[in-house]
Amino acid sequence: MTGPPIVPPPSPEPSRAGAETAAPSEVRKFLLERGSSALSDRAFRWVMLISALSIFAIVALIAWELVARSQLTISKFGLQFFFKSAWDPVSGDFGALPFIYGTLASSLVALVIAVPLAIGLAIFLTEMCPKFLRGPLAFLTELLAAIPSVVYGLWAVFVLVPLLREHVNPLLMKTLGWTGFFAGPNYGIGILAAGVILAIMILPIISSLTREVMTAVPHMQREAVLALGATRWEMIRMGVLRNARIGIVGSIILGLGRALGETMAVTMVIGNRPEIVKSLLGLGYSMASVIANEFSEASDDLYLSALIEIGLALFIVTIIVNAIARLLVWAVTRGAPPRVA
Amino acid sequence: MNKSKLLAVALFVCAASAGFSQKINGAGATFPYPIYSKWFSEYSAQHSGVEINYQAIGSGGGIRQVTSGTVDFGASDGPMTDEQLKASKVKIIHIPTVLGAVVPIYNLPGVSTELKFSPDVLADIYLGKIGNWSDARIAKDNPGVKLPNTDIVVVHRSDGSGTTYIFTDYLSKVSNDWKNSVGRNSAVPWPKGIGGKGNEAVAGMVRQMPGGIGYVELIYALQNKIAFGYIKNAAGNWVKGSVDGVTEAAASVKQMPADYRVSITNAPGANAYPISSFTWLLIPTPAPNSANGKVIKDFLGWMLDHGQSETAALYYAPLPKSVSDKVRGTINQLQ
Repeated sequence: MTGPPIVPPPSPEPSRAGAETAAPSEVRKFLLERGSSALSDRAFRWVMLISALSIFAIVALIAWELVARSQLTISKFGLQFFFKSAWDPVSGDFGALPFIYGTLASSLVALVIAVPLAIGLAIFLTEMCPKFLRGPLAFLTELLAAIPSVVYGLWAVFVLVPLLREHVNPLLMKTLGWTGFFAGPNYGIGILAAGVILAIMILPIISSLTREVMTAVPHMQREAVLALGATRWEMIRMGVLRNARIGIVGSIILGLGRALGETMAVTMVIGNRPEIVKSLLGLGYSMASVIANEFSEASDDLYLSALIEIGLALFIVTIIVNAIARLLVWAVTRGAPPRVA
Repeated sequence: MNKSKLLAVALFVCAASAGFSQKINGAGATFPYPIYSKWFSEYSAQHSGVEINYQAIGSGGGIRQVTSGTVDFGASDGPMTDEQLKASKVKIIHIPTVLGAVVPIYNLPGVSTELKFSPDVLADIYLGKIGNWSDARIAKDNPGVKLPNTDIVVVHRSDGSGTTYIFTDYLSKVSNDWKNSVGRNSAVPWPKGIGGKGNEAVAGMVRQMPGGIGYVELIYALQNKIAFGYIKNAAGNWVKGSVDGVTEAAASVKQMPADYRVSITNAPGANAYPISSFTWLLIPTPAPNSANGKVIKDFLGWMLDHGQSETAALYYAPLPKSVSDKVRGTINQLQ
């Protein structure tokens, strides 16, 4: 703050900072010379408060804009919009259900694949990894997070999709085809391909945050469990994972958030077909993808309004999924006594 | 103190060097972007003090921006509808600039001859009524070709695009089923198939999938040397997409409407390529900024005199003489 001081600065006390004692520390010197702090303290408090409140303002503004700009479809289709499967820009009939399904299904597949892998990777890195390998492994996982999603998409199109089509999918159809979740036709692209590429994309987020949380568990916890006679695996389960579980769930929620909103990589491999099929090998469409695909050429007002309402649906789905996850954390951790499982 | 002085001087120099150049902003279609950006940069080089910015944000965005008056001109691959013209704050004139076309591509291992598609067969493949390459109707169009017993994998554009508009406009003209159950638009409810984002994704998926069929811009296929099929035109001849065939399609339109909002798919000319279309600049008249309006008018004249001769290098089809003569008259009336 450069404003005029309200209170005159207290004169430095020469007797204390005599030449015979050590020179005052940098902090002390600054505090003695700076003058009054009343104004800067108050300003600091306001700036922090505004920063915190701006989050509410931004969320409210987004919600308001989405609702205001999708008035046409809201008034025409009402709540039905979220439960309808039609998507017909020619005759102006719109529904969000297939897109909601595609987003949720691909994100769920991603979580099923990524969560065990990420937690396993984090456990290995914090508890078992030889020192010389820890640095490179951690660096490589974090590198995965820095790759742009369009690069993931390209890799998926040229490497992952042919791999799925020629090797993985035929195997899944043969062994698990009876469940109905892995029924043909086998295009290679589809919900499963989107889920796999999303899993690779959210793996570094979940694993690096989980690693941080596990590193933060005090060493005494580990030693205490070991001292009671636990094996290494039991120590990790009871001493580390139990203590870190809130943080781990938090990291999964962050990963899920990324999966729900991912656009480019999903568009390139999901097949872009607004349909609900039980088979994961079938084609699908996600909310973010349809907005990215059709927004720029949507010239008719109702069509545009429908696309913005898809954005609103994505917003609502994200809120609901997050709320459910928070509830889950709350239910799991509510006054839980230390247990073996 | 010293620093801020320096900054002020630097800012002043920047402002001075930018000069008093006249800036004109346009936005719209992505399909003609390569030729437009070439034209605009050449025109600016020849006319000092004029700078034309073009943002390829898509036809829908171009129409919205020009009708709300935020840009000096728009561009679109599909003509504006009557309602859009009525809703516009300013009067909009369509000026055709170049032509584009759409060609069918396919991937059939073991078939080296170029396949032929009659219009109803193409429509029924996309409707899902013909599901296998060995279908008798495909065989009838391609006598002597040994067609494999492979399922057809239909690929279409997933992003809204002028290419889809042209393709579905054509299918709507040649198939009543298509017209009634699907229709024409920049994005349609496809009865069947996989969606790919952009020409490159459609081409990539077709290349990857044995039995695949898709459609891409003629320019994209020519630049990337992708093989494509023949189509039977309205005159009953088998034609392959080419720059000349597209220009002939435009020339063979019998009655060119005064506002140029015309679909030239399934054109009657003997060698006309049937899946062709104009792309348009959307010019507001009278221009909201009259100085900019004058430059746009001058540019349009330059586009007819010089610009048209540069289209071939980028594989765009130029306007036929009959159309460009008519456009010249329209430009003169611009205010």
